[in-house]
Amino acid sequence: MGRVQASIALLITVALLVACGRGSAPRPSPTPTFHESGFPQKLSDWGVISVADGHLRLSDRVFPYDLATPLFSDYAQKLRTVWLPPETSATFRAEGDFEFPIGTIITKTFYYGQTSNGAVSDEQVQLTTAGLALDKTRLIETRLMVHRAEGWVAIPYIWDADGKDASLARTGALFPLSLRRDGESSEEAAEFTYLVPNQNQCAGCHATNNTDRTLRPIGMKARHLNKTSSFQPAFNQLDLWLLAGALTSDEEIDATGLYANVNWSDASLPLNDRARSYLDINCSHCHSPVGPADTSGLNLEPDAEGAALGLCKLTIAAGSGAGGRPYGIVPGEPDESILVYRLETDEPAAMMPELGRALVHHEGAALIREWVTNLPGSCSA
Amino acid sequence: MISDRTANASLRGFKPLVSAFLAALLLACGNDAADSDAGPVIDDYFETLQSQLLDAAPGDVIEIPGGKFTFDRPLSLTVDGVTVRGAGMNETVLSFAKQMAGAEALLVTASDFTIEDLAIEDSPGDGLKINEGENIVIRRIRTEWTNGPDTSNGAYGIYPVQTRNVLIEGNVAIGASDAGIYVGQSQNVIVRNNRAEFNVAGIEVENTLDADVYKNVVKNNTGGILVFNMPNLPQLGARTRVFRNRIVSNNTKNFAIPGTAVANVPAGTGVIINSNDQVEIFENDISENNTANIIISSLYASGLDGSETTDTFDPYPEGIFIYDNRLTRGGTNPDSFELQALKTLKFGLTGSLPDVLWDGYVDQAKLVDGALPPELRICIENGPAQIINLDAPNDFKNPSVSTTAHNCQLDTLPPVTLTGSLADNS
Repeated sequence: MGRVQASIALLITVALLVACGRGSAPRPSPTPTFHESGFPQKLSDWGVISVADGHLRLSDRVFPYDLATPLFSDYAQKLRTVWLPPETSATFRAEGDFEFPIGTIITKTFYYGQTSNGAVSDEQVQLTTAGLALDKTRLIETRLMVHRAEGWVAIPYIWDADGKDASLARTGALFPLSLRRDGESSEEAAEFTYLVPNQNQCAGCHATNNTDRTLRPIGMKARHLNKTSSFQPAFNQLDLWLLAGALTSDEEIDATGLYANVNWSDASLPLNDRARSYLDINCSHCHSPVGPADTSGLNLEPDAEGAALGLCKLTIAAGSGAGGRPYGIVPGEPDESILVYRLETDEPAAMMPELGRALVHHEGAALIREWVTNLPGSCSA
Repeated sequence: MISDRTANASLRGFKPLVSAFLAALLLACGNDAADSDAGPVIDDYFETLQSQLLDAAPGDVIEIPGGKFTFDRPLSLTVDGVTVRGAGMNETVLSFAKQMAGAEALLVTASDFTIEDLAIEDSPGDGLKINEGENIVIRRIRTEWTNGPDTSNGAYGIYPVQTRNVLIEGNVAIGASDAGIYVGQSQNVIVRNNRAEFNVAGIEVENTLDADVYKNVVKNNTGGILVFNMPNLPQLGARTRVFRNRIVSNNTKNFAIPGTAVANVPAGTGVIINSNDQVEIFENDISENNTANIIISSLYASGLDGSETTDTFDPYPEGIFIYDNRLTRGGTNPDSFELQALKTLKFGLTGSLPDVLWDGYVDQAKLVDGALPPELRICIENGPAQIINLDAPNDFKNPSVSTTAHNCQLDTLPPVTLTGSLADNS
């Protein structure tokens, strides 16, 4: 690909940038360790991310990444990293999941901004070259996906009260939290119960094929990763991985010709692209032709259309999720559309996704409402 | 509704029972949860039980002792070959009244699964959901919403979907806002000796191939036993036999969420066949269902029109054979203005609708010389029982009793035979 050749010249620059980022931290970071079996008690046992000098730091060759549109998780912010064993790389796939070598460790750390009175906030805390500044941050949990010989394994860790390490939590947890958004006063804070999933609930999303039930990363697809890097804004994220040798491809990759999801919150982009990107990452790990929600006949992958997408589609087993509405999507009628209802409710039996949120994602639901409002056509009832 | 239940419980003792078998069944199932005493309430069992479920290996039996256990989170199992066993459906009670997350109480995504002898109460969503698996046994489980019929109850009590080779027996399902026992998109299923009461649908078999539903007691639901096909799903159902059940007084006001398929079920329906094919209804005791003891309908007439369906979906119920049932005292007080008017017009103020209501939709494309091929017909060989064609395709203009037109027989279906590890249970 032309882009790679052009970018090769920048390889040294990138290396310098990465090196500079760690230059001021004299303490050496831990070395990532792949555990072939078992469930280590502490997150630090993996050596991928660690707390030092008031920061959550990434170890050497641990790459941060993000997705064009992320899954909503009760307004938590997320730091995603991937580490590959030395001398290995992932294999690019234009469609479907990238293939990762045995020994790959993916982490996702869920955190909020920290307010003075114990509430958490949605104030953004960005990863800097020093790491994630912990004085502004309330760490909640870190979820690992580890690629072992027997397949991917999901392992949840909950951050200890002292904030220095996180502890194994295979059965998950519930945390009462108070969330202040956009500088709201403490009276306006949303009280909710944050769920750390147990290992089976990890599989509830990551076993994206309900027949083979093997776990897979969800975001490690070209369509989610093909975007400008949030950490090296000069580069496309896929290019960065190629440059670093973390990703290889048998064929030329033309990032501009690849299907890419868009940033759901970028109002300058087409409404349909934003909505379909949002539905893809939030729903299609279950709502695909092979996922656990294939029982519903609803498919929210980017290429779904017609009744499979929910247009004038009867519900199968929505229960209270039907919300008194006739069809999955009634074009032009968000208040008649079950899809919109299930995003706008926080009732456990009715809401979608079923797990991973206790709050309504107001901005995301508003996007889908606007999309449905603008869909052409009607149901003939 | 609690008073209704009490009344029924006391009536039960006086009614002459049709057989010793049914008497035994009713006695066995007679203890409602309201009477159960599972001892002290235990709040901190989640870690213990969920850890056992996570660490289970094929062949393991997870025993849950007697007691009432409360959970704030759902339970789940992903390991094949596991048995979960309580100390009895009134002794081991898993209560999900305080559940804060999750769409079901217990989610199983595994094969070779057996669960028996416990109760799941008051889940905000579904009770027991088994999503894809084979060789499934659900035995002597009670799923109940203890407040009685309520729209805010969870949808399904016992809910296997996309399963194969399944035995559902001896269970009690009460209070589901959709179906007490719901078998979806499955194959080779036996549903027997269960009791379903005060649900919107007592027992529902949907998009399922080869199901035998027999010797169940199905009372006080909105609709008793439903055999449905829904569009836009990977599998269309056929070949269900409903026999030797007691399907009585399913007159509870419909409390389903509008928009769900069962929200359109009229209160007072014994059996509904909707868009399904090769269904046999025989030797049941179907009585006192105020709209109709049996309804045969297509997707068109079930309030579900206007929808998008795939080209392969067949909305016409075909190959229906109803015979040798005891059909009594049905259709006396139908649950719709139009049916009330029809009853008065056709059968007089004190009359009742015929035992079988049919919407009248026929697939015109399949007619040969103006008639359906014999194997696609609706046949009734049921003594004096009558069928009324509601003439729905012509806006209900000319409903007519058409019993002689349905006086025919179909080849009977073979019994369902469970296979493999369940072979001894057939």
